[in-house]
Amino acid sequence: MAKQNGSVLLRPQRAVGIVGYGAYVPRYRLPASEVARVWSGRMDTLPIKEKAVAGLDEDTATMSIEAARNALARARVDPHRIRAVWVGSESHPYAVKPTSTIVAEALDIVPLTSAADWEFACKAGTEALQAAIALVGSGMADYALSIGMDTAQGRPGDALEYTAAAGGAALLVGPAEESVARFEASLSYVTDTPDFWRRAHAHYPSHGQRFTGEPAYFHHITSAARLIMEETGYGPADFRHVVLHQPNTKFPQRAATMLGFKPEQIQAGLLVPVIGNTYAGSSLVGFSAVLDVAEPGDRVLVVSFGSGAGSDAFIFQVTERIHEVRDLAPRTSDYIARRTVIDYATYARFRGKMLMK
Amino acid sequence: MTVARTWRTRRQRYSLVGERCDHCHNAIFPPRDVCPYCAEPAQTQMALSGRGTVYSYTTVYDAPAGFGEFAPYPVALVKLEEGPMVTAQLTDVSPEEVTIGMPVEMVTRKIQEQGEEGVIIYNYKFRPQLQRQARAA
Ligand SMILES: [Zn+2]
Repeated sequence: MAKQNGSVLLRPQRAVGIVGYGAYVPRYRLPASEVARVWSGRMDTLPIKEKAVAGLDEDTATMSIEAARNALARARVDPHRIRAVWVGSESHPYAVKPTSTIVAEALDIVPLTSAADWEFACKAGTEALQAAIALVGSGMADYALSIGMDTAQGRPGDALEYTAAAGGAALLVGPAEESVARFEASLSYVTDTPDFWRRAHAHYPSHGQRFTGEPAYFHHITSAARLIMEETGYGPADFRHVVLHQPNTKFPQRAATMLGFKPEQIQAGLLVPVIGNTYAGSSLVGFSAVLDVAEPGDRVLVVSFGSGAGSDAFIFQVTERIHEVRDLAPRTSDYIARRTVIDYATYARFRGKMLMK
Repeated sequence: MTVARTWRTRRQRYSLVGERCDHCHNAIFPPRDVCPYCAEPAQTQMALSGRGTVYSYTTVYDAPAGFGEFAPYPVALVKLEEGPMVTAQLTDVSPEEVTIGMPVEMVTRKIQEQGEEGVIIYNYKFRPQLQRQARAA
């Protein structure tokens, strides 16, 4: 599996890191018990407590704008120095017309920037992050903005409707010496696996039932995590925090145990019980929650998973600057604490599940 | 709103970019050719903070064409920190929760969708200021 430079690790030429981060989670919450009340009547097997639901006037563009404003408030960087705005999502508001130009315009990053939307199911956001690390790491740019954000849809009554949620985070990548978390290494691991998909004109996604667990989520997440640890020489004890993609509460808990991590290592970034699966936002908003509480010196492992399928694994080390920037924008927990519970009927209206004509 | 007009005004609509008068130094929103305070022409572009308070409000139940899908929604006169008064929709708040003097902050949201196949129009709205959780020392 060796690559040209003798390693499977991805490492840039120039040292880089996260210079600003920002979360966004919308205000509304749909309890899983509400979905069960309408569809199954079974309250004993709920995959989470509740999920975050976007309001009628929110979409991936508006949510990305707010997360990015938080990231820039922390980074205190002139927006005109940002050379890329990359938004990863599976719920871009347009099929053709980038979300990223709307975000770049709202943040006054235009016009001298690259802008593009990324697509890879739930790991579109970390693909954008890999690319941002590369752009800054190559010296082509000093700053690049990567975002993972979704307003995920589940077919009414489907298992995914309990968890498909809205939220995400923005990470501004820049020089290591300005960073709140220095990048150490990353790795990407993909195969062609048909676990979950949505055809071009379909409103709701489909999934290949038995494919979603072992051959998809667990295989890719644990392979990526094991390989990055092997190649860097780190063991589970070297990480203070671990964030794994979170389709439900059990999967990341089980994957963490398989990898030798203790429950307290995944605790700070495990948001799925209270916000649901935010798809392309999931591992990044978990990372933002970790940065909200991490201490200088803490090493963090972030591993995404996207159906289709693959995982991106990243290792960061938190720096002293975290204390300076943390309270320049709302914390992830501020958004989680802001909650208004809605019933299934309101949810159906918010998510356009009612046929109007 | 036509596509051309929304495109021309996107900066003020997405991020509340106004002006400061070069003569009397008042903040101006929306941007215009002549200062409404001293009638001099020269102004400098300035991003407003987006923070303000509700000066007055009402609730729109019977929305104009193109806004129906968001009704009912509160509309307020928001007195910005820098001085200007802005008419805007309030969001992330139900009409009965709105009060005069309520601190609000600007967010960028969808304001209109021109049908299933048309463009989506984004605009500033205001929401109750996000509460920060108490921090452990
Ligand atoms: Zn004037």
